[in-house]
Amino acid sequence: MSVELDVFVGNTTIMDKEVYQLWLNGYTVNDAVKVRIEGGVMEECEASAEVLLSDTMDQYRTFQMCERLLHHPAKLANQLLFQIPPDRQAMLIERYALACQFNSLDLVIIQFQTFICISLFRYYAFDDSFVREVLGKKLSKGTKKDLDDVSIKTGITLKSCRRQFDNFKRVFKVVEELKGPLVENIRQHFLLPDQLARDYAAIVFFANHRFETGKKKLQYLTFQDFAFCAGQLINNWTVGAVDNMMEDMDVDLDKEFLQDLKDLKILITDKDLLDQHKNLVCTALRGKTNVFNEMEANFKNLSRGLVNIAAKLINAKDVRDFFIDLVEKFIEPCRSDKLTSIDVNLYLTHYTNSAHILDTFKHHAVWTRYMGVIKSCILRMYHD
Amino acid sequence: MPGRLKAKIVAGRHLPVMDRASDLTDAFVEVKFGNTTFKTDVYPKSLNPQWNSEWFKFEVDDEDLQDEPLQITVLDHDTYSANDAIGKVYIDIDPLLCSEAATVISGWLPIYDTIHGIRGEINVLVKVDLFNDLNRFRQSSCGVKFFCTTSIPRCYRAIMVHGFVEELVVNEDPEYQWIDRIRTPRASNEARQRLIFLMSGELQRKIGLKVLEMGGNAVVGYLQCFDLEGESGLVVRAIGTACTLEKISTFPATATHPNNSSPSKDMKDSPQAAPSTLGCRSTHSSPVHSASSRLSQGFSISVPTLLFSGMGSGGSAGKEAGPLKALLKQQTQSALEQREYPFFTLTIFPPGFLLHVGGVVSARSVKLLDRIHNPDEPETRDAWWEEIRQEIKSHAKALGCHAVVGYSESTSICEEVCILSASGTAAILSSRFMQDGPLDTEHRLSQQPLCVFSAGSERVEGDMGSSASLGFEEVVSPGCGFCHIPYDELNIPFPAQLTYCYCCRRYKVPDVLFTTIDLPTEANVTGKGCLIQARLCRTKKKAQGEGNAMAISNLLPFLEYELHTQLMNKLKLRGMNALFGLRIQISVGETMLLGLASATGVYLTALPSPGGIQIAGKTPSDITYEQHISNMQKKINDTITKNKEQYEINPPEVVEEIIGSPIPEPRQRSRLFRSHSESSDEVSEIDLSHGKKDAFVLEIDDTDAVEDIHALLTDSPTPAGFYSCNTEIMPGIQNWTSAIQMFTSVRVFRLNANLTNQGLNKIFSDLCENLLKSLYFKLRSMVPCCLCHLNFTVAIPEDELIQVAVTAVAMSFDKEQTLENGKRSGEKTLIKAITENDEQLQFNLELNAESSSPNPLGSPKGLSEVGSHPSARDRCSSWIEQLKLKAHTIRRGSVKTTSSMEKASPLPEGRSRSLRSNRSYSGSSVAVVKMTPLSFIPGAKIIKYLGIINMFFIRETSSLREEGGVSGFLHTFIAEVFAMVRAHVAALGGNAVVSYSMKECVFMENPNKNQAQCLINVSGDAVIFVRESELELTSVQPQSATTQTSNGGEGT
Repeated sequence: MSVELDVFVGNTTIMDKEVYQLWLNGYTVNDAVKVRIEGGVMEECEASAEVLLSDTMDQYRTFQMCERLLHHPAKLANQLLFQIPPDRQAMLIERYALACQFNSLDLVIIQFQTFICISLFRYYAFDDSFVREVLGKKLSKGTKKDLDDVSIKTGITLKSCRRQFDNFKRVFKVVEELKGPLVENIRQHFLLPDQLARDYAAIVFFANHRFETGKKKLQYLTFQDFAFCAGQLINNWTVGAVDNMMEDMDVDLDKEFLQDLKDLKILITDKDLLDQHKNLVCTALRGKTNVFNEMEANFKNLSRGLVNIAAKLINAKDVRDFFIDLVEKFIEPCRSDKLTSIDVNLYLTHYTNSAHILDTFKHHAVWTRYMGVIKSCILRMYHD
Repeated sequence: MPGRLKAKIVAGRHLPVMDRASDLTDAFVEVKFGNTTFKTDVYPKSLNPQWNSEWFKFEVDDEDLQDEPLQITVLDHDTYSANDAIGKVYIDIDPLLCSEAATVISGWLPIYDTIHGIRGEINVLVKVDLFNDLNRFRQSSCGVKFFCTTSIPRCYRAIMVHGFVEELVVNEDPEYQWIDRIRTPRASNEARQRLIFLMSGELQRKIGLKVLEMGGNAVVGYLQCFDLEGESGLVVRAIGTACTLEKISTFPATATHPNNSSPSKDMKDSPQAAPSTLGCRSTHSSPVHSASSRLSQGFSISVPTLLFSGMGSGGSAGKEAGPLKALLKQQTQSALEQREYPFFTLTIFPPGFLLHVGGVVSARSVKLLDRIHNPDEPETRDAWWEEIRQEIKSHAKALGCHAVVGYSESTSICEEVCILSASGTAAILSSRFMQDGPLDTEHRLSQQPLCVFSAGSERVEGDMGSSASLGFEEVVSPGCGFCHIPYDELNIPFPAQLTYCYCCRRYKVPDVLFTTIDLPTEANVTGKGCLIQARLCRTKKKAQGEGNAMAISNLLPFLEYELHTQLMNKLKLRGMNALFGLRIQISVGETMLLGLASATGVYLTALPSPGGIQIAGKTPSDITYEQHISNMQKKINDTITKNKEQYEINPPEVVEEIIGSPIPEPRQRSRLFRSHSESSDEVSEIDLSHGKKDAFVLEIDDTDAVEDIHALLTDSPTPAGFYSCNTEIMPGIQNWTSAIQMFTSVRVFRLNANLTNQGLNKIFSDLCENLLKSLYFKLRSMVPCCLCHLNFTVAIPEDELIQVAVTAVAMSFDKEQTLENGKRSGEKTLIKAITENDEQLQFNLELNAESSSPNPLGSPKGLSEVGSHPSARDRCSSWIEQLKLKAHTIRRGSVKTTSSMEKASPLPEGRSRSLRSNRSYSGSSVAVVKMTPLSFIPGAKIIKYLGIINMFFIRETSSLREEGGVSGFLHTFIAEVFAMVRAHVAALGGNAVVSYSMKECVFMENPNKNQAQCLINVSGDAVIFVRESELELTSVQPQSATTQTSNGGEGT
C-alpha cells in the first residue's frame, strides 16, 4: 500500500520560503522533513509527518520545475507556466509598497513576485567558504569532480556545492561572449541585485584569468578581499575601463596596457632613477612614521618587487601569480618590518607620487593606472 | 459564404533548439482551418522568430466555423529531411461568433506538443467577419451563448428559462483504430485531440440549434462530458438549460450593444428558429422507454434507486394549505408537462423561481458496451440516457414534483461495463420564467392563436416576479418556503416524519432534506456549514460480460444504501439537518466498486433539530462490552457537542417549547431509510429504522456497525481557521477578501491484493482524509479561509489503483466581521448582487407585460390550442393567482421603477472607466488570470462573458523517470494545462475563468516501459471582471441606495 502519485498544483504557485532554503542547501526530502518537524511546523498547523512529507516532496518538485526558469531568469518575465508576473525587481518592490495601501489581492500576487525575486537571489547566492575553494580554478568538469573534497572540507552538502558550481559555470558561459560591462551583463541576464552581480563578476574574472588563490600564503585572504581586488582590476585594467564606448569585453585585461607596463622597468634598471626615486620618497616620509628606517632600508627591494610584477603581467602565466607575487614581494616584507596599514598607505602614496617628479620618467599615465590598482589591492590585502 | 476567418502570425518566443549544431531553430508556421492550409515564411536561425505574416483568410460556412478549431502548427524547416514539428495550438473560435462575447483573439499562446509539453509561445491575431445568413434551414447556431455557470450569469437577466437540452455525438476513438499500430504516439494523440475538438464543436452547434428551435438564445449550466469507451468508441455528450437571456443594459460594456455595426449582429437578435415544432422538441421521437423494458436491447440492468427527502413518521395536520398548493402545482405543471424532460442543470436560481424542494432523485443503470458501432447512429446511447431520464422524471413525480433541478449525468466505464448515472433534486418551480411555447415577443405577434394565452401567462410571470414567494404563500418568509414539502402529507411516497416549519409554523417540513442544488441565498441557516463525505469501497469478483454487469448491479443498491447511511450518520454527528450539493460518484473497477458521496451539511432553521445518535448492543450480558458501548456513546455525544460549537449551531431553544403542543413528535427523532428498488417499487420495503426508538440507533453487534462508528469517529475535524464545502457559497461566511487560490490535487494509491471490504474502506477513507489534511496544510497561509466547491473525483485507473482528484478554490475571509455582525449584514452583501440583478429584471418584466399584453386575462381558448392538458381547475388556479399577485405588484411597483431608474444613469461611466484602467494596467507583461470553480469572484463584478473555454489535452511520455516519475509528469502537465487556459483567456481579453472545472483526468502509466499517458479536459467561462473597490469609487452612493430599497421591498 503506497501513495503512487501525489501532486498539488495551484493557479498561482505556492512556495514555502523555508523549504526553498532547505532545497537550496541540498537537503534530501527526508532530511528536510526532519528539519521541518524540529522547526515545529507540525504543532502549529495540526499536521502529521505524512502531510509534511507530501508537502515537502511537492515543494521540491515545484523548485525543480522552476529551476529551468531560474537558469534563464530573463525568461521568468514572460514565461507562462507559472503564474509569476512582471520582471523588474525595482518595479516589483515599488508596486509592493503601493499595493500595501490598496488592494490585498494584488498584494498576494506581488508578494509572490517579490518572493520569486528573492528566490532567485537565493538560488544564485553562494557560500563564501565554497567559492574561496574554487576561486580562480577552471570551471571545468575536472574541477566539478573534485567537488566532493570541497564538500567535505567546507561541510556544505555536495548537492549544494554542485548547484553553486553550476551557477558559476552558467554565468561564466553566458557573459564570456558578451560585450559591454561585465557587472551590468550579469545583472541583466540573471536579474541579480548589484552586490551579487559584482561578486559573480569577480568569480568570472578570476576563473577567466585563473588567478592562483589556493596557495597557503594566500589562505588568510577572504573571498571578499579577492572580489574587491577583482573589482579594481575590472574597473581599471580592462579594455572597457579606458573607453566605455568601445564595445569590447570586460573580462580580458587591456593588452596594450600590459605591454606598456614593461616600460616601467626603467624605474629599477636605471640606477640614477632608482636612487632619485628613493631620495624623493624618503624625504617625504621622514618624520612621519616610526618605521622610517625599515622603509628606507627596504625601498629598493620593494620597488623592484612592484615594478617586476608590472613588467611580467604581459605573460598570461605570470598574471595567474599576481596575488601571490603581491604577497611575497611586498606584503610579507612589510609585515616582517611590522608596518601598519597606515604606514603602507603612506609609503605607497609617496612612492606613487614621487615617480611623477622624476625628470627622466615619462610613463606617468601607465604608472598612475598601475599603481592605483596596486595600492588599493595591497591595502585591502594588508591584514592578518 | 457566411463567414471569413482571418489569422495573422506575429511572432514566436522561447522556441526549443531544434538544430543541435547551431543551437537554433529555423521556424515557420502552418495555419490550417478545415482543409485549407497557409504557411508563413521560414524565419531562419532564431529562437524568437518575428514572422509578422500577412492576414491569412479562410472563407467558410458558419457551420464549419462552429465545428472546426483553428489549427496552428509550428515547424522547424529542414532542407534535407522532413520538417520537424515543434508543436501545435488549437484555437476555439466559437467565442468570436457571438458578438456579445470576444471580438478578437490576440496574445501569446503556448505551443503544445503531446510528447514534450509546452515548447515556447506564439503570438497570433484571429478575427471573424460573419455575414448575415437568411437561410432558415441552416445548420449552424452561431450566436447562441454558452455558459458553464450553473446560475443565471451575473451580467444577464433571464427573460425565460426554456428547459433541458441534450445531445450526444459518437465516433471511433483514433487510439483504437487499426492505423494506430503503425503511426507514432504523437500522431495518434493529435488525431484524438483534433477529433475531440471537432466533436465538441459539432455538439455545441447541435445544442445551439435546439436552443434556437426553442426560442432561446443561450445555454446555461452547459455540461459536456467524454466517455472513453475504448474499442467501442468515443462519446461526447452534453446537457444544459436553454434560456433567453438579456444583457443588463446598465452596462455599456464595450462595443457589444445591440446596435453594433458588425454584421453578425442581426442574426442573433432574431433567431431564425425553424417554426416547425412547439414546446421543447428533442431528437427522440419515441421517448417512452420505461425502466421495465430494460432488457430490450443488448444487455442492460436498471438499478434500484434511492429516493429521499424528509424522513420520519407521523405528522397529520397542515391540511388547509392543500388545495391551494395543488392549484399552484398544477398551474406550473401545465407549463412543464409539455416538456419531455422538465430538467434544469441550474443549481442557483433567481429568487422566487424555486418554490419547494422534494428531495434527491437519482437513477443508475449498468450497461454493456456494444462492440459493433456505427458512428452515424448514436441511437443506442441516446436510448440509454432516455431510459434513465424517464426514470428520474417518474421519481420526481412520485415526490409530488414536476421538475428536477440541479440535474447532472455521469458515467463510469471499466472495460465493457458502463454505469450511467443521473441525479437531481425534485422540485416545484414557479412559472415565472417558463412559458408554454418557444415564443418570444416577435413570434407572439405573428402567431395569432397563441398570442392571447401567452400574453396572459406572461402577465403571471411578471407579477410573480415582483413578489417572489409572496404570491402564493404570502405570509411565509422566503427563507423557509423551499423546505416545505411539495408532496401531499396524507399520501407520502415513503415513510417520512413531518413537522411544522420552524420558521413560519404553517407548513409541513421534513426532518431532513437532501438536495443536489446550491443553498438558496434566501435560506435561513443557523451557524455554518461543512463538507460531509461518505466513502465506500466494495470488492467484487472478476467477471466478464453479463455476469459482470449483473454482479455490479447487484452490488449497487447496497453501495448506495450504505453511502446514504454514512451521510446521515455524519450529518447527525455534526448536528445538522440538510445536505446541499450532494454528488454521489460510483466508480467501477475490475475487482472493486468505489462510492464517494460529497455534500455540504447545514442546519436549516426551518427544519427540526436533528436527534442524537444512540448506540445499542444486542448482547448486553458482558459488562466490559457494556462499558465499551457507553464509552463510544460518550465519544459520539462529545463529538456532537464539539461540532455544534465549531459550526456555531445554536438554534433558539425556545422553539422546542412552543412547538411542543401541535407537534406530537419527541425531541429526538428516529430516522427511516428507504431504499426503493424499481422492481419492488414503493411497497416492499425493509424497514431499517430499528423500530420506533427515540434517537437514531446504531446497533453494533454486527461488524458493519462497528465499522460505521469507527468511520464516524475517525473523520478528523477541520483545523482551526478552516471551513470547507462543496457548494458555491458557505453559509455563515460572507465577507470574503479578494484572495483566492484555485488548485487541483491528484493522488493515486496502490492497494495490496486481498484486502477485505473493511480494509479497503479504511484505506479509501484515509486517502480522502489525508488529502484534505494536506490541502489544509498547504493553504495554511490563507487562514481564515474556506475551501469552496471542493469537487472530488474518484477513479480506478487499473486494478489495485485508486485515483482521487480534487479541484477547489480557497478563499480568505475577514474573521472579525464574521464574529461581530454575524449573519444579518453578511447575508445582505451576498444577496446584493442577486437582488440587484433581480431588481432590474422585475422592472423590465413588468414593462414588458404591460406593453405587450392588452388583454392579460385573455380567453381560456388559448389554452386548448396550445395543446397542453387544460382543465377547469388549471384555468381557475392561474386566474386566482393572478389576481392575488396583481394586488402586490400594484402596491410595490412604483418604488421599484424609481430605484432602477436611479441606478441606470451613474453606473456606466464608472464601469467603462475602470475597465479601461484595468486594461491598460496589465501592460506588456504577462497578465494575471484568475481561475475559480465558482460562478463569481469575491469583491469583484463580472462585466463581460467572453465565451466558453473547453479544452482537451493529451500528454504522453516515454521517459517517465527522466521527467520526475509519475508525480513529476502529472505535475508538469497540470501546470501546463493551467497555463494554456490562462493564455487563451488572456488572448480573448479576459482576466478570469469562472465555473472552472476539470471534468476528466485520465491517467495511465506503465512504469516498466517508462511510459505514461494522461488526458485532461477542462472547461469554464472566460470573463472580464472589475474590482468592486474600483467601481465603488464612482458609484457608491446610488448603489447602496438601491440595495436598501430592494432589501426593504423584499422584507415586506
